[in-house]
Amino acid sequence: MMTMVDLTGLKAKALEEMESEGTLRVVVGMATCGQSAGARRVMETLKKDVAGLGLDNVKVAVTGCVGMCTYEPIVEVLQPGKKKVTYIRMDAEKTARVIQEHLKDGKPVLEYTVGHDHAGNLKNLEDLQFYAKQERIVLRNCGTINPENIHEYIARDGYAALRKALLEMTPETVIDEMKKSGLRGRGGAGFPTGLKWGFAAPNQADQKYIICNADEGDPGAFMDRSVLEGDPHSILEAMAIGGYAIGASKGYIYVRAEYPVAVERLKIAIAQAQEMGLLGRNIFGSNFSFDIEIRLGAGAFVCGEETALIASIEGKRGMSRNKPPFPAYKGLWGKPTVINNVETLANVAQIILKGADWFRSFGTEKSPGTKVFALGGKINNTGLVEVPMGITLREVIYDIGSGCPQGKAFKAVQTGGPSGGCITAADLDTPIDFDNLVAIGSMMGSGGMIVMDEDNCMVDIAKFFLDFTVDESCGKCTPCREGTKRMLEILDRIVAGEGTMQDLENLEDLAENIRLTSLCALGQTAPNPVMSTMKHFLDEYVAHVQDKKCPAGVCKALLGYMITADCKGCTKCKRVCPVDAITGEVKQLHVIDQALCIRCGACFNVCSFNAIARN
Amino acid sequence: MNDQSTCACSCGCITAEDPRFAELKSYIDSLDQNQGITMPVLQEAQRSFGYLPLEVQKFISENTGVPLAEIYGVATFYSQFAIEPKGRHHIGVCMGTACYVKGSQKVLDKLAEELKIKVGCTTADGRFTLEATRCLGCCGLAPCIMIDDDVFGKLDDISRIPDILGKYE
Repeated sequence: MMTMVDLTGLKAKALEEMESEGTLRVVVGMATCGQSAGARRVMETLKKDVAGLGLDNVKVAVTGCVGMCTYEPIVEVLQPGKKKVTYIRMDAEKTARVIQEHLKDGKPVLEYTVGHDHAGNLKNLEDLQFYAKQERIVLRNCGTINPENIHEYIARDGYAALRKALLEMTPETVIDEMKKSGLRGRGGAGFPTGLKWGFAAPNQADQKYIICNADEGDPGAFMDRSVLEGDPHSILEAMAIGGYAIGASKGYIYVRAEYPVAVERLKIAIAQAQEMGLLGRNIFGSNFSFDIEIRLGAGAFVCGEETALIASIEGKRGMSRNKPPFPAYKGLWGKPTVINNVETLANVAQIILKGADWFRSFGTEKSPGTKVFALGGKINNTGLVEVPMGITLREVIYDIGSGCPQGKAFKAVQTGGPSGGCITAADLDTPIDFDNLVAIGSMMGSGGMIVMDEDNCMVDIAKFFLDFTVDESCGKCTPCREGTKRMLEILDRIVAGEGTMQDLENLEDLAENIRLTSLCALGQTAPNPVMSTMKHFLDEYVAHVQDKKCPAGVCKALLGYMITADCKGCTKCKRVCPVDAITGEVKQLHVIDQALCIRCGACFNVCSFNAIARN
Repeated sequence: MNDQSTCACSCGCITAEDPRFAELKSYIDSLDQNQGITMPVLQEAQRSFGYLPLEVQKFISENTGVPLAEIYGVATFYSQFAIEPKGRHHIGVCMGTACYVKGSQKVLDKLAEELKIKVGCTTADGRFTLEATRCLGCCGLAPCIMIDDDVFGKLDDISRIPDILGKYE
């Protein structure tokens, strides 16, 4: 059993260890993205050389995702009283030099850092434009603490919120605080978390459950993975607080099997919390007992839907069912159950600790707090960004994301994944919150933000999302199972150049019916990507149907390549053609045999004289 | 070929004496509750056998009391369970949105060409199974693939692919 004294003492001890005089703390970003960029080799070099040189004052630690994927592997050196140094795009050789010159001799290696001014003053990550407009509540510990060490979490006030809730608050006051904070579910729908807890609390049952929905299936979103990999204890603490509030003694984390690093870190975190008595019986000497079990998903997008998720934990096919009864009344094994998304839970401990008013100081009236977005696609700074609600899309895409690469023109941004829609340049100044995004024909979703430029075909993108939903439909209700398939067939015809204007009308008809009659949110929102691209880019659909052309040059069946009179006969295209469809002698005009051409575009990409026309 | 765990027909099929059945049995017995154990048991079986042939599904049904029809229903619903044998290494090409807009289709085509198989199939030597997968959540590294538990990112340059495949035997 732990008391207040223990937690304070542990915090002081952990802080001393992390920040004691003369200590150099070296952290390596080892989330999935860091590891695949080569962080493991950097880590090996660090461990080997630091030990080899006998640098006893250097402490090497793993950390989670810093958020700036393009700079991985990232290594940061922290020294009390000195500015943090950020090294980017590291490898084993660079690391060896940093160890010699910086860690041993005290001179940072300027050219490997994220930047410096003329006077040689170093910049670090926080000085970048990328971070200037960010506000970190959910990601506060990601990239800072070692997720595999509970002491570092405690050093950052970890488990203090749970202690406060258990010893100073009643379940009712916890729920009231959550209601007052106005926190809305970050999984996509934006339902107020306090209300959800409030529904489950009064229901009498011998057992209730808290489930953390970590089945992040939305293509293009990875904030939940980053939180689980970078700050797993924040989720455990929030689940325990939620359990106390609604009267549940058991929690499940339903996490995707595709996230092996996250699963491993969760296992470590649960074991550490149990060992210290922060999970288990009579936590902090109170009457409250709580334990958490991990359940792995097995690759089904629909299991992100709460009733399907429950079916999956029960060991059944992940199929959704009608609501009501809502899970708060009849959920897992028929017992009252609350299901919260990872990012939602990551806010909870901070709200309890600092209060609802503090939380409401971020964001907008109806959508308080922050939102994490996974910025991806055709954008310079891909990565995870956490911004206050109410910021405009333009600020996120241009100020933080720094626009489209290679000077290409911005075309649209897709939010909400397969359930959302695309937003065009006309709406870029809309302040982002749950309600505004719905008003402009998209939705918040879980926070994927995929930027598309002039080279992306919107019909192709709509088809991509529909392809996904058709594949992931659980098959229980007819509108979703059959309707989305028919829509996909129509889109297949359109991109093949066989579409008619009647097809466009049929698409709209089908979309409306599927939206109104599907059983769960997967089906109800499945037509959104098609509807929103048709609304904003109808001319592209018409070009595919009437002119048999793909304006962005993506849909292969509608493309053709021709060599123009600008050809200098350099033979470059002839050499690169994979099917030998190009003939011509040196310094003579070359010709493409249309019967052989597979429209791969290789010739178009290599021509130095703009002599190949695409239509 | 006298090893009891090897079948008489030497086709590699699984016999009742296979020691992995005993391991699976002790795993089932180790679960302290009976509620909702189907998924964890199937996941353990898939990890151990590599796939879920009918013999294994029957065995699970007999030892958990869950009807075979239900086991089969679950095994065929989730994309991670396989009823057919898979290669030694599993290649998943991310078809998430970020990867898709950055050219994951080309990566998939190149892999299919290198391995001379279609998507969803296994090479004749049983070395690789090639699949298109859901978003791997590494959108910052798009386009990316996952071989077993390793992620390879920024594959815009598809000429890197043969080297990557060479790391797996």
